[in-house]
Amino acid sequence: MSTEGNRAELLLAMRGVRIDGFADERWHEIIKGVDLTLHKGEVMGLIGESGAGKSTLGLAAMGFARPGCRISGGEIVFDGIDLMRASERQKQRLRGSRIAYVAQSAAAAFNPAHTLLDQTLEATVRHGLRSREEAERDARALYAAMDLPDPDTIGDRFPHQVSGGQLQRAMTAMAMASRPDLIIFDEPTTALDVTTQVNVLAAIRKAVKEFDTAAIYITHDLAVVAQMADRIKVLRYGEEVEEAPTGEMLSNPRHPYTRSLWAVRSIRKPGETSADRVLEIDRVTAAYGTVDVLHNISIGLPRGKTVALVGESGSGKSTAARVVTGLLPPRRGEVRFDGVALPADLKGRTKEQKRRIQMIYQMADTAMNPRQTVREIIGRPIAFYHGLRGREVERRVERLLEQIELDGSFADRLPGELSGGQKQRICIARALAAEPEVIICDEVTSALDQIVQEGILKLLMRLQKDHGLSYIFITHDIATVEAIADEVVVMLQGRVVEQGLKEEIFAPPHPEYTELLLSSVPEMEAGWLERAIARGEGGRVLDRLAEGDRERPSPR
Amino acid sequence: MSESEGYSAAAEVGAVRMRRSWRERAWIELKKAPFTAWLGLVIILAYIFVAIFAPWLAPYGEADAQFGAYEPWSAAHVFGTDQIGRDILSRLIYGARNTIGIALATTLLAFLIGGSLALLAAISRGWVDQVLSRAVDVLISIPSLIFALMLLSIYGSTTLSLIVIIAVLDSTRVFRLARAVAMNVVVMDYVEAARLRGEGLGWIMRREILPNIMPPLVAEFGLRFCFVFLTIAALSFLGVGIQPPTADWGSMVRENASLIQFAQFDIKAGITPLLPAAAIAILTIAVNFVVDWFLMKTSGLRDEH
Repeated sequence: MSTEGNRAELLLAMRGVRIDGFADERWHEIIKGVDLTLHKGEVMGLIGESGAGKSTLGLAAMGFARPGCRISGGEIVFDGIDLMRASERQKQRLRGSRIAYVAQSAAAAFNPAHTLLDQTLEATVRHGLRSREEAERDARALYAAMDLPDPDTIGDRFPHQVSGGQLQRAMTAMAMASRPDLIIFDEPTTALDVTTQVNVLAAIRKAVKEFDTAAIYITHDLAVVAQMADRIKVLRYGEEVEEAPTGEMLSNPRHPYTRSLWAVRSIRKPGETSADRVLEIDRVTAAYGTVDVLHNISIGLPRGKTVALVGESGSGKSTAARVVTGLLPPRRGEVRFDGVALPADLKGRTKEQKRRIQMIYQMADTAMNPRQTVREIIGRPIAFYHGLRGREVERRVERLLEQIELDGSFADRLPGELSGGQKQRICIARALAAEPEVIICDEVTSALDQIVQEGILKLLMRLQKDHGLSYIFITHDIATVEAIADEVVVMLQGRVVEQGLKEEIFAPPHPEYTELLLSSVPEMEAGWLERAIARGEGGRVLDRLAEGDRERPSPR
Repeated sequence: MSESEGYSAAAEVGAVRMRRSWRERAWIELKKAPFTAWLGLVIILAYIFVAIFAPWLAPYGEADAQFGAYEPWSAAHVFGTDQIGRDILSRLIYGARNTIGIALATTLLAFLIGGSLALLAAISRGWVDQVLSRAVDVLISIPSLIFALMLLSIYGSTTLSLIVIIAVLDSTRVFRLARAVAMNVVVMDYVEAARLRGEGLGWIMRREILPNIMPPLVAEFGLRFCFVFLTIAALSFLGVGIQPPTADWGSMVRENASLIQFAQFDIKAGITPLLPAAAIAILTIAVNFVVDWFLMKTSGLRDEH
């Protein structure tokens, strides 16, 4: 597939593009002279961590700069038209007819007050490309091409009446409506569950091929881009790291940074278990209001080990954590710590019981008070649980900072002065300060870049060894589970589908849902998606399983 | 660039810059402040200075009525005397002390009541929030000036009852604002973390929430101060506010109001009742200037011109 991009017809040529962003009352260079060439029908993958300038570059391909940004140099030529010199009117005519853009959040990009069909038609009818009847017929064909259920009638629905994955596909159909020469996909599947992601990827893939559209596919997930792109360009700090055809990039990445993007997948530890259960969730049923969200689940946490709760969003993983911490008293069942039942409600628990279970959150940003220094954040549990004062607290804070591989100079910083990975480390230190036995990690790495994830996971594993900690690790990322878990619990709609040792869960045969979850995780090799589709997993089997469940109106 | 080998978490964000002290930061901000903010600050400082040093600045005593009534402007009495022969300049100076002092005390009390109830409502939610919010809705639905007039005529116009009544009525506005901003903070994970740790209500209110809602509250404090100040002046003008012989700008306007009809004979006499009114107006505008600047700094609110 990587040979397809070698057709000579040049579509887009960007040379030495420089883009500035305005912050702190002066201009900073965000993109520092990047070249990009794209031929007709070719798909270019742009990857890099957050802040690398992927989206900024993607938008620049349309001759567009976000408010607060300006294109300060270089040239951008789209099919012979110099976008740097084109008037705003000319560029507007191009956008929506010959260049289209698919945003990360389809939910935010659709107008909730109009039906899907109306919004799909808008651009083509407005630009006078087709009559309304023609456009409607065409939209239905596109919905069918995007594998949307009921393509004849789905257009009459409003955005909130379809699922997230369907909305993302409808958005792609909308972009396709004018048969553009170039579509820019900006992280179109990042907000979706793995099982939904496969459908969307397959549909986008198929449509791009069918209509021979060139595309720029922006993502931070190398495995995803491997399925979509003919060529991959890696960006970092606004500069190009390397560019190569997909197959070459995967088999032989030249730059160490590119290699580091594989990093988290290199950690692997064998799953172990022990009969000694430090924490047991025993036949718990829990509800928000009158709607049961956990149905009679039982999960055991072996002492000093890691149990990973996996499942897509809405499967009840975080709710289980709320039951354990006492934030959500269960309707039935109990949580036992060291064989002793914990009071269901947080208020009923003693300080000692609270100390032994600590929690680390997904978003380190909101988990720390922005007005407290690191010293106050870490020092508080030390003073609160262990009654220490003054110098003694100071010394412990310093020791904890060393344990999380930071140094004493960080004690005076505010959370806003830390990077994402450092913030998460401070949160780990705060949990550690209580000297707990169980730590609940709620998606602690999912907001971080690959290389930082690796550091955090290694730290967690080391701390587990040093302190004999037991982790409940909530995640939807199978690669992370393979790296860190001993036991795995697969959850679906508030029920436990399967639980056991990691190796057993990941070895076939699987129950239907586990199979789906595992097979949906993109693998880092070209052609995985084709095989997944060929096996019928990317197509309607998945639709039935994944969508059928999600189509039910949500209780809220 | 071999990050994968030499990776260190500590090196991810560059060297720590020294944290500037509170004073240094304030000075840097002030240097960038617009002219209006400077003007406002200078005026407010001048008022505070006058209020604090009133006994030394005023040429005569606050209630010293030994002079002739309605004496014209002269060297001895810069702004003349009032209807029972008190020096108007002296009363203006003492008025700063009384009016500002009482308004400040009232505003502080309003924030204490409204702010703590709002935090309580935001943290507890459920029925506590419902009861408090509905009670505030009821209070807010009654026109406050008329309500204050009624309560003052029931409890009598002492300084204490004046402060308490206006504070309670104004605390409803503070409650609404503080509850709304606190609600956004209460849902943050760090508040949940504090709860899971087992922290008490007081800690969560003071240490976790309050520091994060300070900017809007400080701005509201300035505006609320103006409203209280105007309310007190209005009540004094109506005769139920600060009682004689205590000097206060609201009642001074009323007492000397009739002088305005002599403007055709003596322009200075006509201006006299406008002096305390101007004192009220200038302070209100100055406070507004400063609050505008502060709001712009902290919330990014900007006039789009």
